[in-house]
Amino acid sequence: MTQLPASTAKKLGLVIDLDTCVGCHACVISCKGWNTENYGAPLSDQDAYGADPSGTFLNRVHSYEVQPEAGTAQLIHFPKSCLHCDDAPCVTVCPTGASYKRAEDGIVLVNESACIGCSLCAWACPYGARELDAKAGVMKKCTLCVDRIYNENLPEEDRVPACVRTCPSGARHFGDLGDVDSEVSQLVASRGGFDLMPEQGTKPVNKYLPPRPKDVMPEYDVLAPFLEPVATDGKGFAHWLDKALSALPGGAK
Amino acid sequence: MHPASSVIIFTTFSGLGFGLLFWLGIGAITPTGLMALIWFAIAYLAAVGGLLASTFHLGRPERAIKAFSQWQTSWLSREGICAVVTLLIMAAYGAGLVFFDTVLRPLGWLGAAGALATVFTTAMIYAQLKTVPRWRHWSTPALFLALSVGGGALLGGQVTEALVLLGLAAALQVYTWVTGDTRLARSGTDMASATGLGHIGAVRAFEPPHTGTNYLMREFIHVVGRKHALRLRVIAVGLSFVLPIIFLLVPFSHIWGALALVSHIAGVLVLRWLFFAQAEHVVGLYYGKR
Repeated sequence: MTQLPASTAKKLGLVIDLDTCVGCHACVISCKGWNTENYGAPLSDQDAYGADPSGTFLNRVHSYEVQPEAGTAQLIHFPKSCLHCDDAPCVTVCPTGASYKRAEDGIVLVNESACIGCSLCAWACPYGARELDAKAGVMKKCTLCVDRIYNENLPEEDRVPACVRTCPSGARHFGDLGDVDSEVSQLVASRGGFDLMPEQGTKPVNKYLPPRPKDVMPEYDVLAPFLEPVATDGKGFAHWLDKALSALPGGAK
Repeated sequence: MHPASSVIIFTTFSGLGFGLLFWLGIGAITPTGLMALIWFAIAYLAAVGGLLASTFHLGRPERAIKAFSQWQTSWLSREGICAVVTLLIMAAYGAGLVFFDTVLRPLGWLGAAGALATVFTTAMIYAQLKTVPRWRHWSTPALFLALSVGGGALLGGQVTEALVLLGLAAALQVYTWVTGDTRLARSGTDMASATGLGHIGAVRAFEPPHTGTNYLMREFIHVVGRKHALRLRVIAVGLSFVLPIIFLLVPFSHIWGALALVSHIAGVLVLRWLFFAQAEHVVGLYYGKR
């Protein structure tokens, strides 16, 4: 049903640390792998080995260059997937009821057997979190790996979204953002986690942690005294060599 | 936004068809017998043809019937219901005229209101989207209604009404362009708010997530053709408003009337192409585009 629940018991979501993300795209690959083989229609590719490849992805990593007023530019890798918004505009626009937000954990899902592929939910999403699969003709989006996180057939450490499980730099965290005492909520509080496009009024559950300020390195070099130019005192072999070479025709003065 | 031909045809022709149904419904034209059959056939061809065209852009059109269920929140669902209810009411009203020489006046009024509601709900599908600041404005439904009722008047031979409404639609169209061109910049959504990195410095898209294109870029970022936008605007205004008004002002003949209609339809098709091609979706900001 496309009416949003008044409140959800939990707010499961991701916290993404822009300080530690190295932009390796491992989360993109593990997401595509898990979600192609499991819940719902596979994430199809078109012309995968041809000149113009394209395909459906539920998670993509952008890279931005940020230029401060003074100092060098910073490169920031920026993974982006569904933010499982509290006020999800993609859900309310759906004409068939295929899009819904779960009251028990806040996950936004698509019932693919009811989706007519009208694309209006993708139009309503400011984040580009939904992609219409070109082969299946239905809307695909991040499920927060709903088929992993409650899956008792998996070892306990695997009961997190595939992107979180695979991240080699620990830049992705999964938990209940509705519980102020949860690890993810405390991480958000301590690091100043923020929303993307807050002015759109979507109240995203997923949060982003800002890059920490870069250290400013003082001019500091223990070897410098030993690497002074040696021929300035006008003595010794090096000085003689300098003078002798300069005296040659065409020598540098 | 990608200007999909199915949606351009849908909004243009169903707008025209429901516009004609409006004038038939309020009794501006009250034909009977065979003439009524012809009038209603024209209106239904345009309205239903447009609605059918809209299903061509669906990924799974065989499930389109499900789209009538979510009227409580979805403007697309409301539009579908309004369209079907209006077509049923006007079919009953038309049957009265064609077969029984009977004018079921209240039914006509109800159908006319339904036709307006259908066009309004169509426009609200676009006007509701916060993600496309250019569309999220009262002028979007106002313009859709003026074009639909004005086009309907032209199709229905209501010369005076057509002149007034086409003039009004032209003014509204220019107003939406003048105010709409800056609405994304004024919306407060930019690359800084999209990435949350604005506090560090100026944000520039350095690398996209992939070497090729994707669904999001095809659907929401349409750069081709925008460079001709100004020329297309002049052509569209000429075809949809200026020429039809001139043709209507010369002493009336059916030839001039037909030319005015053809010119208007061609113009509205260009207007709708621009409506989509020029709309900037905020997701483009993540790609450093708009």
